[in-house]
Amino acid sequence: MLAAGLLALSAGSSAATDGYAAIDGGTFRSVLPAGPGIEQVDVAPFRLAKTPVTNAQFLAFVQKHPQWRRDRVAGLFADQSYLQSWANPVVPGAGAPADAPVVQVSWFAASAYCESVEARLPTWYEWEYAAAADETRTDARSDPAFRARMLSWYARTADTPAAVGKGPVNAYGVFDLHALVWEWVSDFNALMVSTDSRDQGEDPDLLKFCGAGAITMQDKENYAVLMRIAMLSSLQGAYTTANLGFRCARDGDEP
Amino acid sequence: MRSIRRLLRAMAASCLAVTFSVTAQDLPDDSVYQLQVPLRTQADTASTLDRWRGHPVLVSMFYASCGYVCPLLIRSTQKLDRDLDAAVRRNLRVILVSFDPDHDTPEVLAALSAKHGIDDTRWMLARAEAGDVRKLAAVLGIQYRKLPDGGFNHATIISLLGPDGRVLATTSNPSHPEAEFVAALRATAVASKTPAAP
Repeated sequence: MLAAGLLALSAGSSAATDGYAAIDGGTFRSVLPAGPGIEQVDVAPFRLAKTPVTNAQFLAFVQKHPQWRRDRVAGLFADQSYLQSWANPVVPGAGAPADAPVVQVSWFAASAYCESVEARLPTWYEWEYAAAADETRTDARSDPAFRARMLSWYARTADTPAAVGKGPVNAYGVFDLHALVWEWVSDFNALMVSTDSRDQGEDPDLLKFCGAGAITMQDKENYAVLMRIAMLSSLQGAYTTANLGFRCARDGDEP
Repeated sequence: MRSIRRLLRAMAASCLAVTFSVTAQDLPDDSVYQLQVPLRTQADTASTLDRWRGHPVLVSMFYASCGYVCPLLIRSTQKLDRDLDAAVRRNLRVILVSFDPDHDTPEVLAALSAKHGIDDTRWMLARAEAGDVRKLAAVLGIQYRKLPDGGFNHATIISLLGPDGRVLATTSNPSHPEAEFVAALRATAVASKTPAAP
């Protein structure tokens, strides 16, 4: 009893929201085809953090790796608004509650955080695969009610950053994929999209893309996911915004 | 950064294992050389992105099995290089990093270098580890994506770095670079410390 009480006091979180959820691999139809005419995408088994990284967790990271403090980070890796919601470089303060997701972090900072815990950012396909689940189904995307719910989440404006792990948990045991913050993925700069793959053009001087040209998105009714891709593909690695956070992932064979 | 000295002390003290680190206190905040990426060259030697720090450097990314755009990237960059005045050309260096670490071994890069008659005293074709390739692409603003057939779909952006690794100009069109890009390239003859040939 005493031990349990101490644990609850010290952690401020629980097994339900700590650590990583195991996600079986599989084949699915991404909104972003693997290549022209290739609709199915294979996802290997992986582990996805149950919640986004919190301000408290990110604070511990910048204390251990001070080159990521907002007053010390190189401009190459983070823009001017990096961690600006924090009270000071080492105190998140009232504007960034300890259990709320950290936001205003760049892709470089998010990548470094995940490396520091022997993890990595999830790929877009991993993120999309896990985010296809609702509370009971691993792929609820064809359900109009699920799509409507996702859209209503995105339409909501959240002034106060809410705590992680409070929303509904999905069928994999993962929280907050939709309703809380946008999230970085490892290959954010791989999401070149075009409404028409012929945009590559036939002019050999237009060397915009090598290979097959930009990818045409499919499943155009899945607005919530399309919005997310459009947002991610518009970013640069040093960008930070007020509603963009991240979570980490690991390969399936890692603990 | 004002507290860079403190930062370096702290880093030395904690022996950080994180890949990112600040390379030197005299590098500009936004220098591409802030990103330390171990490279393997076409001569199978270890190198780094800042190998030619102090010189103007053209940096871009490619992959060896690319059928059309990448050979064109190499050829048009060679032409760009060839057409420069000697005073610019002597200082200029070129670094091309592969998107494809699985296939672009030093042997493959050496064969490509030979095929294109690349001057390896001034040009480096290099391989980086997969995670570093993504970081380098992010720093250079290059989007790329691996395709199911093993190829890569990628943006072509050539960045001109100044002696301290800052991006001076970029072009997406090495065959017909914009006037601003050419002007920035020519200006490096003045900016560098080596006196121009008479």
